[in-house]
Amino acid sequence: MLQFIMRRGLKAFATMFLVLTVVFFFTRLTGNPFERESMMGNLTPEMLQELQAYYGLDKPVWVQYVHYLDGLMRGYAGRSVHRVGQLVTEAYGLALMKTGKLAIWCVPLGLIVGIPLGIVGALRKDRAIGQAAMAAAFVGYAFPNFIVAIGLILIFSFTLGWLPSMGDATAAHYIMPILTLSAAQIASIARSTRSSMLDVLSQDYIRTARGKGMPRRTVTFKHALRNALIPVVTIFGTQVASLLTGSMIVETIFAWPGFGHLLITSVQRRDYAVVQFGVLITAAIVVTSNLLVDIAYSLIDPRIRSEA
Amino acid sequence: MASQQTEGESRDQGERATPDNGHGADLPFAADQGGMAPARARVAKKSFAAKVADLRPSVKLCLGVVIVLTFATMFAEWVAPHDPYQPNLMQRNRPPSAHHLLGTDQVGRDILSRTIYALRTSVGIALIGVFCGTFIGTTLGIAAGLLGGWTDRIISGVIDFFYAVPTILIMLVGISVLGTKTWVLILLISFARWYSTARLVRGQVFSLRELPSVEAAIGLGSTRRRVAVKHILPNLTSIIVVDMTLKAPAILLLESTLSFLGLGVQPPLASLGAMVGAGRDYLISAPLVALSPALVIVTIFVCFQVLGDWVRDVSDVRHSD
Repeated sequence: MLQFIMRRGLKAFATMFLVLTVVFFFTRLTGNPFERESMMGNLTPEMLQELQAYYGLDKPVWVQYVHYLDGLMRGYAGRSVHRVGQLVTEAYGLALMKTGKLAIWCVPLGLIVGIPLGIVGALRKDRAIGQAAMAAAFVGYAFPNFIVAIGLILIFSFTLGWLPSMGDATAAHYIMPILTLSAAQIASIARSTRSSMLDVLSQDYIRTARGKGMPRRTVTFKHALRNALIPVVTIFGTQVASLLTGSMIVETIFAWPGFGHLLITSVQRRDYAVVQFGVLITAAIVVTSNLLVDIAYSLIDPRIRSEA
Repeated sequence: MASQQTEGESRDQGERATPDNGHGADLPFAADQGGMAPARARVAKKSFAAKVADLRPSVKLCLGVVIVLTFATMFAEWVAPHDPYQPNLMQRNRPPSAHHLLGTDQVGRDILSRTIYALRTSVGIALIGVFCGTFIGTTLGIAAGLLGGWTDRIISGVIDFFYAVPTILIMLVGISVLGTKTWVLILLISFARWYSTARLVRGQVFSLRELPSVEAAIGLGSTRRRVAVKHILPNLTSIIVVDMTLKAPAILLLESTLSFLGLGVQPPLASLGAMVGAGRDYLISAPLVALSPALVIVTIFVCFQVLGDWVRDVSDVRHSD
């Protein structure tokens, strides 16, 4: 087991390192971020020189690379070009807090709504209620994030006037971003719960349990659900990734000053140091959550361990 | 979100159903065929019309919608009532009327015409993405599966890398390096989902390699290229087709999302996502600018989902994606 964790951990670390290296050299390929300014004549050669020295861009690329790695070890990831001089780590610290405030609601909401929907969808497969549950999940699945968000704004902000459409000032501001982010989560949890529940329900030991006269409730919740939820664990890793990518869209629409908003605006402004670190953070979170899922899953299902 | 929905599914099913995921035994496309063959033969005897009549109502509806939309985009010049790029400042943000069926947008362009042209752009880019991704993925997948050894190790490593990093992130890095231009989007979309195809094909090739016909061909001294083209590729067609239908909505969504954020298709060119993005600022005065392309996106997405499931059932390929 320990060996499995070590091997997976090493692989995760290698992936992260590769992400870091690839992104670093790719962003250096296109020259310096002040090119446009200096072409427009806003910068004198001396100013350009000084700026490049400030951001450490005057040295050869591989020296910059070593410096960057060295800085990362000590918790320094460069400075933003757009918000002049702001520490990248500081910007992300603030932004991740804001995104965390949304995510902390979305994850439980996804589980609390998604799992029961999936159970109903599986148990009442041929009844109206089961199909309604799955139709609801399908809506969450088929409507892209940004369309859900726009629909909500149109209904609750502009037509009914109940909720504010941008910013993060009050509790009311939380409702629509959380709803939008959770919709996709709920849908995918419900779908996977249903399919794995159906898988389990058709197995022999369920029939045996029913045949020997066990109460339906015991069979459903003790025998079936506990086993059916095992595969749902694997979804969790992708849920984290989807929250992060979802936050890019949702936060842009609702002007929520979080992680996704910061990453998208810095992509638009080609603020490389910020983009680079944002990519690194996303990769770190995604790789780590996948690693945790793998470990959790291998604890539950030992067959996984032999592979890898 | 694009990456979430598709990758979510693939992880969920691929890893759950098959703990021994290594060498593609999890894609029992060859194995399943025996059981389904009689059913298929019976279907084959029916006439085309009878087959269409036999389809599920949802499939019929979706097929109809897709055919109508395909024609609308192919003949956009004739179908669209107005020039989609012709502004008319006297006619800004007009509600629907007999002259402009869906009204006009913020600079007086006909929304219906723009939606039709946007559909053409979006579907065109998605198709390029699907075909390029499939081509790259299939080539690399066959190479990895057939050559094995270091080739396989390197290609598998790259595939794992792409699986570990969300697709949209790769797009964002590319866009921030190359700039927000339409051709950048097309270029990036072409590489968007090659890795899932590559993994799928690689797994298939591993099991196909064991087929007597393939072993015989190798034994008779066929070149690697001949084995790949004549013996492996034909056996992959159905699974690749299913993969493409399932991949199409994800790529369409990716393009729409990026264009919506202003990082994809650039104005004045209309794309569905870009239209929704532009219409966001006019939700009160002209909600149809955003709503009509949004509706089209959802419609296409639902149709492709239904059709993808149907194609998968018909070709009885159990697919991990």
